[in-house]
Amino acid sequence: MIHLSEEKRIDGRAADELRPITAKAGVVPRADGSAYFKIGKTEAYAAVYGPRNLFPRFLQDPEKGILRCRYNMMPFSGMGERVRPGGSRRSKEISMVTKKALLPVLDLQDFPNAVVDVFIELSQTDAGSRCAGICAAAIALADAGLSMKDLPVAVAVGKINDRIIADLNYDEEATEGEVADIPVTVLLRTGEITLLQMDGEVTKEQLMDALKMLKKVVPKIQKAQKDALKEKFKTFVENEEAR
Amino acid sequence: MEEDFKEQVKRALSEGIRFDGRKLLDFRKLEVETGIIETAEGSSRVKLGDTEILCGIKLEVGTPYPDTPSEGTISVNAELLPLSSPEFESGPPGEEATEVARVVDRGIREAKTLDFKKLCIEEGKKAWIVNIDLCTINNAGNLIDASGIAALAALKNARMPEFDGEKVDYKKKTNKKLPLTRLPLPCTVIKIGDKFLVDPSSEEETVTEARLTVAVTEKNTLCALQKGGDYPITEKDVSSMVDIAIETTGKLREMLKEKLKE
Amino acid sequence: MGKMLLSEKEIVVPGDIIAEGMNFIPGAGTFREGDNIIASKLGMISTSGSLIKLLPLSGKYMPKVGDTIICKVIDLSMSGWRVDTNSAYSAMLSIKEASSRYISRGADLTRYFRVGDYILTKIINVTSQKLVDLTMKGPGLRRLSAGIVISVNPSKVPRIIGKNGSMVSLIKQATNCSIVVGQNGLVWIQGNPKDQVKAISAIRKIEEEAHISGLTERMEKSLNGVAHSPKEYSSKETSVNVEFSEENQAGEEQSFE
Repeated sequence: MIHLSEEKRIDGRAADELRPITAKAGVVPRADGSAYFKIGKTEAYAAVYGPRNLFPRFLQDPEKGILRCRYNMMPFSGMGERVRPGGSRRSKEISMVTKKALLPVLDLQDFPNAVVDVFIELSQTDAGSRCAGICAAAIALADAGLSMKDLPVAVAVGKINDRIIADLNYDEEATEGEVADIPVTVLLRTGEITLLQMDGEVTKEQLMDALKMLKKVVPKIQKAQKDALKEKFKTFVENEEAR
Repeated sequence: MEEDFKEQVKRALSEGIRFDGRKLLDFRKLEVETGIIETAEGSSRVKLGDTEILCGIKLEVGTPYPDTPSEGTISVNAELLPLSSPEFESGPPGEEATEVARVVDRGIREAKTLDFKKLCIEEGKKAWIVNIDLCTINNAGNLIDASGIAALAALKNARMPEFDGEKVDYKKKTNKKLPLTRLPLPCTVIKIGDKFLVDPSSEEETVTEARLTVAVTEKNTLCALQKGGDYPITEKDVSSMVDIAIETTGKLREMLKEKLKE
Repeated sequence: MGKMLLSEKEIVVPGDIIAEGMNFIPGAGTFREGDNIIASKLGMISTSGSLIKLLPLSGKYMPKVGDTIICKVIDLSMSGWRVDTNSAYSAMLSIKEASSRYISRGADLTRYFRVGDYILTKIINVTSQKLVDLTMKGPGLRRLSAGIVISVNPSKVPRIIGKNGSMVSLIKQATNCSIVVGQNGLVWIQGNPKDQVKAISAIRKIEEEAHISGLTERMEKSLNGVAHSPKEYSSKETSVNVEFSEENQAGEEQSFE
């Protein structure tokens, strides 16, 4: 049984403490749905276009709509050197797992032969970028009025030297010693997992403990996502009457 | 194809109004923030109406060009992200992105905005390359002007990172600013029928007959010109459009005084 | 006997649990999971008896039979015109359905509608593969010219039209413009430029404030600059809020302009 250490982390956080979160919906007016999600210093934009026309024809599915995801880092978003534009094998892989993380919640039955495009752009990164992208994408898909059974929540859990922690930052990922980084995407209501990856080495017990920690942190992230969507509709009748 | 809409726009312009309620030479609301991207050596966010652009400056050390061994250089890249408009697609930069990048580049380069000699570290061997990356968040028209403002604000905001002679330490920023000597701003003037407008919305861009982007320095001299659009312009047009650009950039410069003071 | 966990007109997001109990019936925008009725879209709760459904707040237009929509002609073929419906699916207007007068095969179709024209049409068929057929035969259906076309959030169309067309009539009177509202979120406005600008501004205001009660009163104030006593309208307004949205979603003949 791993017990949570009382020691503070590099940035002063407790083991199960998330970095500060900011979430907004509707930040790209030209898109059908969009969002901004920031956790610590990692900042992601997501825009959804769709359902819309899909070319080339051979990509079309006559039974239902398809989902396309593109994850990309802006050239100035990396911690060190400039990131060459044009994507990399890493961004291709992240695009793919992002799609698999989001697809299970979507109902695309009403859109045969059409496509829903999700574009994720990272403007600043400090670890947890694929998770921030997925959190933003979830808000954007709902903002676009698509049918979803839940809002997926993504966060990286992991361990540093046998201590299980949530939401690793760049310095923690780069620490000397035994580090494991485990990005996860979970559907809160049912507990189902739609994304699970790992860099590092853990025992099975550590993995299960890390997954248990999700229960504590995921609700807070989902609240931020829901508030972002509802914020757009806060009434301002009071302001009107005051005029 | 857009004939009907163009006729409607011309009607409105002849009465001095645009469909978003602006007058012909009105700019949309301009918001500029700087220093918003910590991973960049300099950064800015520009909102011009609903058009939003992020600009990040990344500095790297490279070898000077053989014909200018004691100079550093700039490199401007514009990403018209598929996120920002239903029309944009992923892939290498298309015509439009390339044009935005090159017009902004020329405006900065030709005004000798940066003293390239001061970017030299070791003659013939090492010099700073200033990478200016522009990423669109929402395209609601007039990307060139918004990009030009963003690039300038980001350059002003930039601070050199530490360099020990061998490696750049991106985690440590010094207080040293970039050697900025000039402050050029672009203004794109469009022509529809016989009327001139500034700061076109994306709808107005679809019926633009001709446009002239003029980059103006703080001395009201011109440091870049780019004509676009399928229709020709007359010499008289050029004169009018340049006058409009000079007056508009003058106003913009006033508005940006605080931001550009850094 | 179950209970509602959230209230009427509350805004919900996908995954929110609206009610628990087997007596409730999940309507549009909701689904049942075990005992619970759960929201599947971003929307506003609307109940009628034990039926719980959501009024959508966003989402692209989906072609529906019976809808009256504004389309843009994008192509001509031997059999008719292909049009953009402002949705993921283009539609077909066959020669047969284009006019009550006979058009022969091989006729010059551009004499009727050209590429780039906007037309007001009615959807007569949508297949499971979303192939859409249109007709121009019907009262008021015609080519729309000499006006501008703007795009609005299709979910806001019922509000822009208003109960029995009351809201769009208000705008027409106050601006002297001819206005046609398509169920697909395209709106055609014809008038003097100054008046067109006023109409556009009014429509954008409705889009932004559609979900807030008291809209009709506010629109009257801002369009006519006349103050109305709150008493006259407040009680009417809360009940009108939900009712007319549902009525007009069916796309009544007289409600598009």
